[in-house]
Amino acid sequence: MKIIGSSPDRVDAFDKVTGKAKYTSDLLPPHALEAKVLHSTIANGWVREFDLSEAWKVEGVVDIVTCFDVPDIQYPTAGHPWSNVPAKQDISDRKLLNTRVRCYSDDIAAVIAETELAAIEAVRKIKVVYEELPVILDVKESLANTAFPLHEERPDNIVNKTSYEIGDFEEAIKEKGLTRISGTYDCPVVSHCHIEPANSFAYKEAGKIVIVSGTQIPHLVRRMVGQALGVEWGKIRVIKPYLGGGFGNRQDALTEPLNAYLTTRVGGRPVRLAYTREETFECTRTRHAMTFDLTTYVRKDGSFAARELTVYSNQGGYASHGHALAANAANAFRMMYPVGAIRGKAITAYTNMPTAGAMRAYGIPQVAFALESHIDDISKETGLDPLLLRTKNMMRLGYVDGPTTITCHSTGLAECIEKGEEHLDYSRKRLAYADQSGPIRRGVGMAIFCYKTGVYPISLETSAVRMILNQDGSMQVQVGATEIGQGADTVWVMMTAETVGVTLDKVHLVSKQDTDVTPYDTGAYGSRQTYVSGMAVKKTAESMKRKILEYAALMTNKDPMDLDIVDNKIVRKNTDIVLITVKDVAMESCYSLTNSNHIAVEETHHCSDNTYAFGVCFTEIEVDIPLCQIKILDIINVHDSGRIINQTTARGQVHGGMSMGLGYGLYEYHKFDPKTGRMLNGNLLDYKLMTPLDTPTLHAAFVETDDPTGPYGNKSLGEPPTIPIAPAIRNAVLNATGVSINSNPLHPERLFDSFVEAGLIKQRSEHV
Amino acid sequence: MYNFKTLYEATSVAEALKLKANHPEALFLAGGSDILIKIREGRLAGVDLINIYMLDELRGICLEKDGSILIRPLTSFTDVAMHPVIKEHLPVLGEAVNTIGGPQIRNIGTIGGNICNGVPSADSAITLKAYDAVLEIVSTEGTRILPYADFNLGFGKVDLGPTELLAGIRIPKASWENTYGHYIKYSMRKAMDIATLGCSVNVKLAKDKQSIDQLRIAFGVAAPIPIRTPKAEELAKGETITKALIDRIGEAVLEDVNPRSSWRASKEFRLQLIEELAKRATVEAIKKAGGTINV
Repeated sequence: MKIIGSSPDRVDAFDKVTGKAKYTSDLLPPHALEAKVLHSTIANGWVREFDLSEAWKVEGVVDIVTCFDVPDIQYPTAGHPWSNVPAKQDISDRKLLNTRVRCYSDDIAAVIAETELAAIEAVRKIKVVYEELPVILDVKESLANTAFPLHEERPDNIVNKTSYEIGDFEEAIKEKGLTRISGTYDCPVVSHCHIEPANSFAYKEAGKIVIVSGTQIPHLVRRMVGQALGVEWGKIRVIKPYLGGGFGNRQDALTEPLNAYLTTRVGGRPVRLAYTREETFECTRTRHAMTFDLTTYVRKDGSFAARELTVYSNQGGYASHGHALAANAANAFRMMYPVGAIRGKAITAYTNMPTAGAMRAYGIPQVAFALESHIDDISKETGLDPLLLRTKNMMRLGYVDGPTTITCHSTGLAECIEKGEEHLDYSRKRLAYADQSGPIRRGVGMAIFCYKTGVYPISLETSAVRMILNQDGSMQVQVGATEIGQGADTVWVMMTAETVGVTLDKVHLVSKQDTDVTPYDTGAYGSRQTYVSGMAVKKTAESMKRKILEYAALMTNKDPMDLDIVDNKIVRKNTDIVLITVKDVAMESCYSLTNSNHIAVEETHHCSDNTYAFGVCFTEIEVDIPLCQIKILDIINVHDSGRIINQTTARGQVHGGMSMGLGYGLYEYHKFDPKTGRMLNGNLLDYKLMTPLDTPTLHAAFVETDDPTGPYGNKSLGEPPTIPIAPAIRNAVLNATGVSINSNPLHPERLFDSFVEAGLIKQRSEHV
Repeated sequence: MYNFKTLYEATSVAEALKLKANHPEALFLAGGSDILIKIREGRLAGVDLINIYMLDELRGICLEKDGSILIRPLTSFTDVAMHPVIKEHLPVLGEAVNTIGGPQIRNIGTIGGNICNGVPSADSAITLKAYDAVLEIVSTEGTRILPYADFNLGFGKVDLGPTELLAGIRIPKASWENTYGHYIKYSMRKAMDIATLGCSVNVKLAKDKQSIDQLRIAFGVAAPIPIRTPKAEELAKGETITKALIDRIGEAVLEDVNPRSSWRASKEFRLQLIEELAKRATVEAIKKAGGTINV
């Protein structure tokens, strides 16, 4: 392959760094109205009445809509492909505005005004009468308190629960000589923090509702807006320009359904619904908080005889992606170390927390924190080497997961571990750091992961691509999945050029999706774009090449089978004899007086395969015990993501994922007022997203395998880099201090509490 | 979009004071890095503003004839940090204001605004407190001189009347001469953050550099206002520099602080930081003064 594996510049780089790239709010038509949502100031209860009299007096107010006015329709918001099987459909549990309040800052009314300021002012002047219920933020409490279920349809507050058992667990633990280790691990609510807050605008044109929004999933949003408004799906049109990050938050219908409804209230005038940063924190989606109870029965040689997981997942007020994440986490627990008897149980429950949805790596950073911390706890308990515990029990080539049939078609995990070990000198340092004293101590830690590529067979995997040949021999490519900053447009251009046989400059990727004209694809999520959408790009490019060659064969009186395309030229196959050029074919096929045939192709790839990507993180840290601070001295991620399509953008993906993982391990978590359920740190001052000064030098390396199922030997890479960081850091703290900290992130106050408990910091009497 | 009612533009200090006398509820607008946030949050919706940001007579730093350092209130944090007088005679103040926000905030934010805002986490306030700064406050009635020690009345409250304006911050010569300071901002990240705890320490050593002539320790966020720790300062006076002394200082500061538990940090955690930061900042200040810590 000539182009795959090289490192051309991103196709969107120039426009993005020069400010030419257009994002949603750059495209706002003149005289657009501005909408603002009134969010509830209780977390549980009902809206009983509004007093709108003062709000209506604000100059510039055009319309006020309340939860008593919106269509009586419940709709889903999760960015999953729709299912024709009712039992597999996403839960429809929210209305455009809600009378039954289920979380703090729930959407209960909206104002449309001539200016943003007037809308803000009017929202502030709406008076609300609530009937309040006690606030329930904890999963176990929610399962126990069902007197007032959050949703009538689910009287036990359970979104869903699932379980599995591989082998006979009870029988397996009877084996003599096993050591039982168990632990409970907690992961907090965190936010995506994409740079562009949630925003959209909508208007009516030609009898249709047009919504412009930076979504990861334009075709799914079209369907969900149709469902929410009770409008035929063909009458909804979604346009997706460039967006400033998604990370899964935009794998959900966010402002779009209400925005679409609001424009219908004002005769189709353009209405913008732009969330502030604070609203983006409080009122969009979060990463699920999860609690894991893990137990392992280990033999003296380090092999696992039996393992058990129970995961409690906190859904918040609305289902969104619901139980899919806890189920994903429970599956990964099984897949990572598929030996011995394994049983898992996952429960997702509604609470009055903000709604959790999709976020980079979809439940796996949670289970990886729990599981990989647990492996080092087993090591601590048994004295067995942490690398041995992993290499002895981890997934191997050819593994077929029983419940999902997902197969390990390629693995470079062992080589990833070797490479990480070599970079850090892990084993030697781990022993050297084992028994330190003094206030400043060092430690090393590591963690591994597996990650499935795409969502087959749990969900539909389908993707369509269109290519149109221009007269100059270049071509337009339209892909239904989206560029969300991950570099998808660039790799699709590379794939097209590679497969058709043209140079990169001959491929024009249409970055903007418009559901009226863009082929169908479920969207950008699940690290599926190079794999699933890539398969569709490859298939379409092959068809494009065939069509060009068929026409070229007519022009040259040759058999198409004897022709090939190399560097924009039609050549005799396996020779460098140039017959004509692709441009010659394009011109003739377009303007021929006897045989015009505009060359365009569209193909759907129905993907029915999946595979695992792997990787590791190794890190060395320094802990300042009296100041409760961790300093990263060295950190490396090594990934097996199959064949790397673009070396530069792949490294960028790893760096970005590591940054998010460092946030998850050290800095980021949401705090809530236990009485009201209000998010306390829903802003970028109090939510401690890392700054460049906090970011250590990030090392990224790859072990390239050639996956037989990937279109170009490739596997997922978008999400995985986030996964192993937090447990690697946590294990390094264990190595440095001997203290197992079972909740992330390891922020200073958590270290303080843990060090006091462990006796590393003296307990203070009531001094002052 | 910002919801304010009227913006008065002052072209001189005299005019600014007149405007303030006529509109005592109006707020002076300097860099705006605090006020605009409050307006955006809706806390000051409909407020009247008097813009003083263009008044260059309130901007700049100079070494006065009497040896005092005069800092005008509209001096930006960036200019404080870069100014040769500060770099030469009061570098710790430059280091302290360099921890504020990010470059953009330090370009727009002013030192006068920082202390008039009256919050205990103000990075410049903690060091000014440690150096016994003196404030010059003006109104149409005239000028009032006030020790900075008496300026903070409570959280977010300062001794500034409805018609008054801070016009100068002065560090007397005796306060900075032969004095070496160190500031530690403890925050959850290295930029774009407010202090969980701030500690500014400065020392004057005896000629032989073996003992302490004067020690001053100020804390931010250890109480509702920036505070000093007189007990620790007193016990250090004349003492030989030893590790034991540093430990005693760390313990003594606890007697003068009063941190609260909030959702941002617990009281116990802040006490741990107070003791540790006092020791570390004292050690660093002593090192800057040319002293060493004897075991």
